[in-house]
Amino acid sequence: MVPPAITVKNLVKRYGKVTALNEISFTVAEGEVLALLGPNGAGKTTAVEILEGYRHADEGDIEVLGFHPAAGGRAFRDRIGIVLQETGVEPVLTVREVVELYGMAFSRRRPTDELISLVGLENKADSRIKTLSGGQRRRLDLALGLVGDPDLVFLDEPTTGFDPAARRKSWELVEGLTALGKTILLTTHYLDEAQHLADRIIVLKEGRIVAEGTPETLGSAQAVTTICFTVSDPKELPALGDGPHVEAARVTYRTAEPTTDLYTLTRWAVQQGVELTGLEVTRPSLEDIYLDIMDQATHDGAAE
Amino acid sequence: MTGLRADLPLLWRQIRSQNRTFWRTPVAAFFTLALPVFFLVLFSVLFGSAEVADGYRFAQFFAPSMAVFAACSATFTSLSIGTALARDQGILKRVRGTPLPPWIYMGGRIGSAVWIAVVSVVVMFAVAWVFFGFILPWGSLGVAAPVFILGVATFSALGLSVCTLVKNADAVPAVANALFLPMAFISGIFIPLDDTPDWLIVIGEIFPLKHFADPFGNSFNPFLTGRVLGWENLAIMGAWLLLGLVITTRFFSWDPRGAR
Repeated sequence: MVPPAITVKNLVKRYGKVTALNEISFTVAEGEVLALLGPNGAGKTTAVEILEGYRHADEGDIEVLGFHPAAGGRAFRDRIGIVLQETGVEPVLTVREVVELYGMAFSRRRPTDELISLVGLENKADSRIKTLSGGQRRRLDLALGLVGDPDLVFLDEPTTGFDPAARRKSWELVEGLTALGKTILLTTHYLDEAQHLADRIIVLKEGRIVAEGTPETLGSAQAVTTICFTVSDPKELPALGDGPHVEAARVTYRTAEPTTDLYTLTRWAVQQGVELTGLEVTRPSLEDIYLDIMDQATHDGAAE
Repeated sequence: MTGLRADLPLLWRQIRSQNRTFWRTPVAAFFTLALPVFFLVLFSVLFGSAEVADGYRFAQFFAPSMAVFAACSATFTSLSIGTALARDQGILKRVRGTPLPPWIYMGGRIGSAVWIAVVSVVVMFAVAWVFFGFILPWGSLGVAAPVFILGVATFSALGLSVCTLVKNADAVPAVANALFLPMAFISGIFIPLDDTPDWLIVIGEIFPLKHFADPFGNSFNPFLTGRVLGWENLAIMGAWLLLGLVITTRFFSWDPRGAR
C-alpha cells in the first residue's frame, strides 16, 4: 500500500493565548487533490505553512512525503512546490530570469520555456516583473511553484483576485497537474473552486475541522431537501419535516426524507383537490451546506 | 547533486543575479557608488589640489577614506536595506521554500555587496589618480587587502544584524544611516580628529569603522613611519564580526512578519 503523501495527527498550533489550530488530523493520499476550505482566519494558511516547513507545530505528528517538514531541509524542498499568497519576486528581473533563478537548486527542473508557455506568459518572457499585471504575477507564482517538477504542490488561494476567465484558465492548469499524478493541497475560500478542483474537502473554522467529505457527500447530515410550492389557501397543510413555513402564499418544507414526505404531500393534495403551483424540490447547493456548517459550528462553539 | 562542488556554481549564479538586481536599481547604485565619488570630488576641490607635501596632494589621504566609506555603504547600508526590502516583499520567504541552501542565498547577497565594494574602491582610486594626483604604492596592498577583506566581512555581518533586529523594512534605511553616518564622522572618515575631545575619540575607538579606515588609509600614507596596522584594529573588527555573525545566525527571520 502506498503511504499517504501527507499525514497529520492532532496538530496544535498556538500564538500566545490564541489556539490557531486545535487538534487537526487528516491525511492526503498520493495523487489526491485536497481542499482546505474556510473563512479568513480559520487556520488554513497556518496549517499549510506548517506542512511546508515554514512554521513549527506546538503538538502533533506530521509527515509529508516521508519527511518531518520543519526538519526536512533541502531534500524535502526538492520535492515540493509552493505557491503562496504575498510572496514577492525581484521587480527588476525578467520572467525568464526569475524562473531560472528560483529553479536553480532543484534537481529536476522543468525547461524554462516550456514552463513559461505552460502558464501563458510567452509574450512576457523577457519583460521585467514590475510590468506584469496582477493576474500575470499570479501565473508567474504558479510557474515558480512548478519549476522543480514537484510531487506535492501547495496552492494557497491560487485564484484570489482573478477575473473569471483567468480563474478558469488556472483551474485547467491545476487539472493538468492532477492528470500528471501530482498531489495537491489547496486552500481556498471559494466554494466553487473547492468543488471544481478537489477530490476531497476539509472545512476549517476557528482552528477546527468542522466538516469533511467529497464535494458530493460533504455535509450530508445537514443536507436537507427543500420542498416549495404556492397554494391559494394555505390552511390545514399537513405537518412534514420542519414545516410548513408559510410566507404569503408560498409554502416551504425542509426535510431529510424527501421521498416519503413528497408522497404524503402529493397524496394529500390530490385528495383535497389542491393544486401545488410551482412545485419545486431542491437539493441544497454547496454554498447552502457551507453556510449551514459554519452556522452549526458557531452554535456548537457557543454551547461549549 | 549535493556537495560543495555542486553548490559553488549556485553561489556564483546567486551573486550574479544579485549584481544584476543592483545595477538595475539606479537609486542603490547612486547612493553606493556615485555619492562617495561625489564626496571625493567635492572635498578635493574644496581643499584645493595644491601639494600637501613632497609631491603628494590632498586626495592621497582622502581617497582611501572615501574608499572605506564606499565599501561600508555597499556592505553595511546597502546590504541591510536590500535584504530588509527583499524580506518585506516576501522574496526571502519564497527562496526559503526552494531547496536553495540559506547560506548560498545569503552568500549571494554578501558576495554581491563585496563585489560592489571592490568596484567602488577601484572607481574611487581611479578618479583620484586621474584627477587629483593620487599615487598608488602597489606594495601597500599587502596590508590594505587583508584589512579590506576583514572590514567588508565585518560590515556585511553588521548590516545583516541591523536587518535582523529591525523587523520593519521602512525603518531599516533610517536605522542604518543613523548608525553609519555619525560613526563615519567620529571615526575620522571626513575630517581628521585633530581637535576632537578625548571622550568622543574613545567612543569612536569602540566602533569598528575607525579600525577599518585607519590601517587602510595608513597603508597609502607615504609619510607614515610608525606601524600601519595594530593588533587592536584586528581584535576590535574581529569582535564586531563575531557579534554580527551571532546575531544574524541566531535571530534572522526569513518571514515578512517574523513568524517562526
